[in-house]
Amino acid sequence: MYHIALKMLTGDRGKYLGIIMGLTFASLIMTQQPAIFLGLMTRTYSFITDVSLPDIWVMDSKVQFVDDIKPLQDTELYRVRGVSGVEWATPMYKGLLRARLANGTFQSCFVVGLDDATLIGGPPIMLEGNIEDLRRSDGVIVDIDGVRDKLTRPSREPGGKSVPIKVGDSLEVNDHRAVVVGIAKISRTFQAQPIIYTTYSRAKSYAPRERKLLSFILVKAKSGQDFSMLTRRIRESTGLAAYTRQEFMDLTYDYFMKNTGIPINFGISVLLGFMVGAAIAGQTFYNFTLDNLRQFGVLKAMGTSNRTLLKMILLQAILVGSIGYGLGVGSTALFGYFMHDTILAFKFTWQLLIFSGVGIGLICIFAAVISILKVIRLEPAVVFKS
Amino acid sequence: MSVHTLAVRCRNIVKVYETGGQKVTALDGIDLDIATGELMMLVGPSGCGKTTLISVIAGILDQDEGSCEVFGKDLAAMSDQKKLAFRASHIGFVFQAFNLLPSLTATENVSVPLLINGVKRVEAERRANSILEEVGLGDRTTSLPAQLSGGQQQRVAIARALIHDPGLIVCDEPTSALDHETGHTIMQLLKSTVLQANRALVIVTHDSRIFDFADRTAKMDDGRILKIM
Repeated sequence: MYHIALKMLTGDRGKYLGIIMGLTFASLIMTQQPAIFLGLMTRTYSFITDVSLPDIWVMDSKVQFVDDIKPLQDTELYRVRGVSGVEWATPMYKGLLRARLANGTFQSCFVVGLDDATLIGGPPIMLEGNIEDLRRSDGVIVDIDGVRDKLTRPSREPGGKSVPIKVGDSLEVNDHRAVVVGIAKISRTFQAQPIIYTTYSRAKSYAPRERKLLSFILVKAKSGQDFSMLTRRIRESTGLAAYTRQEFMDLTYDYFMKNTGIPINFGISVLLGFMVGAAIAGQTFYNFTLDNLRQFGVLKAMGTSNRTLLKMILLQAILVGSIGYGLGVGSTALFGYFMHDTILAFKFTWQLLIFSGVGIGLICIFAAVISILKVIRLEPAVVFKS
Repeated sequence: MSVHTLAVRCRNIVKVYETGGQKVTALDGIDLDIATGELMMLVGPSGCGKTTLISVIAGILDQDEGSCEVFGKDLAAMSDQKKLAFRASHIGFVFQAFNLLPSLTATENVSVPLLINGVKRVEAERRANSILEEVGLGDRTTSLPAQLSGGQQQRVAIARALIHDPGLIVCDEPTSALDHETGHTIMQLLKSTVLQANRALVIVTHDSRIFDFADRTAKMDDGRILKIM
């Protein structure tokens, strides 16, 4: 009987495609919008993700997220180095400074100062140049997205396209000369400002004169150390905040979740998408069953049990659900693929696949249950009505 | 008649519908016997209870009073499951509007009763093709209902009613959607191919052009059988 169910489903191509389209749309909107949301939220802590070597980040206890810089005195570095279980600790400067471009315009950039000796905390992928080139006079490394989007030189021809700066070009950071010695690929950040890497001492010279300029202390734990115990020891002996990489990412993520309108805006969008998708798909599937009610009545009159009819309807629902889900998720994946190198934030995780799968499953079950009730209540004598 | 067994035995059948708070008596004390090998026609004006009566006889509607035995089995006393199984194996249906499944080919439509009875698809379709040959549609086995004329669709419906070799076939206005000539051909097919010594045929109709095909005719009005001719 199952092939009859499938033929009933696919027999009317228009309706069949209508149901598939509805479910595809529902699945697409249930995955695409959350994927953008996740991508955006991932960017909030992407700077932490890119700095992979240290186990623990130490900072002022009032820091709420990665860009909420509350500088420390340099002496704090030595106090942290003195905590038992610390293998090494290096300083990091992070601050928003003004860079003056060749055309005279100013652009705010995040300047990241790395430990002069080890250069720990540098960009994950070097596209041009080498991280050691930072030791050259006035050397800075800029991120490729910043180079393409915001750190460009005006064209020599009037009205021409601006030209991205390249290795060897110079710019001014807070009135100090800086020479581009490398271009790096880093994860895009939420703030979308260009990132300029340099040494810690040079970054301090770029920064406005302040008594405190140390943003973070990056700590590597000794082998076999329990991270939570070590962070506790650092907190107790220095009075500073100490987080593992994951804890710092969670802190940043939670800050944006609680203090920005992003989750609620995307939540509404996803909810509306789910409701619209559910309404379209559910209504179309229900209408399909209603249209076929007489056929179900004929089968019932000829001796088909309600149980078999239920299985037939469930099979139809599972088939359209699977196809719609596959097409929707596939469309989202394609969307992500084509947006890969653009500014659009996008992160498609396996959890989203499950979320949308459950969503589509619920829509199909809901539509199937309503349809099934109609078929169960159907009086087979309806077949004698002309 | 004496060599034939009783296919249907109805005694004092009463069926009352309630619509909009009003009670309508569709069947009012029906007594009727139909033997195997017999073509019984139920005739009468619209609303006289013909369709309700074949619905009761076919086991798709329960009467409120009385008893209706088909091949000695009281359908109203059966569980739903048993009634379904009984219907699937003992009763064939031919409808006025043909009621073929539009997305299935003629072969697939005809094979449905066998599939309901648990026959494998390949075997069911083989037997369906064979019976389509018998009703003169051997060359239209792969056609969809929409590609067939009214008469051809009714032949497919007859083949479907026959394929599982039921003892009772109920036909609801089998010729009313057909022209005179096609209706006549369909009745000839029903009489010659469908009606057999071990099978009874009950036909509900208004179509006076086919009355002559009946072995007996029960004239109904107001939920009663006025006379049997």
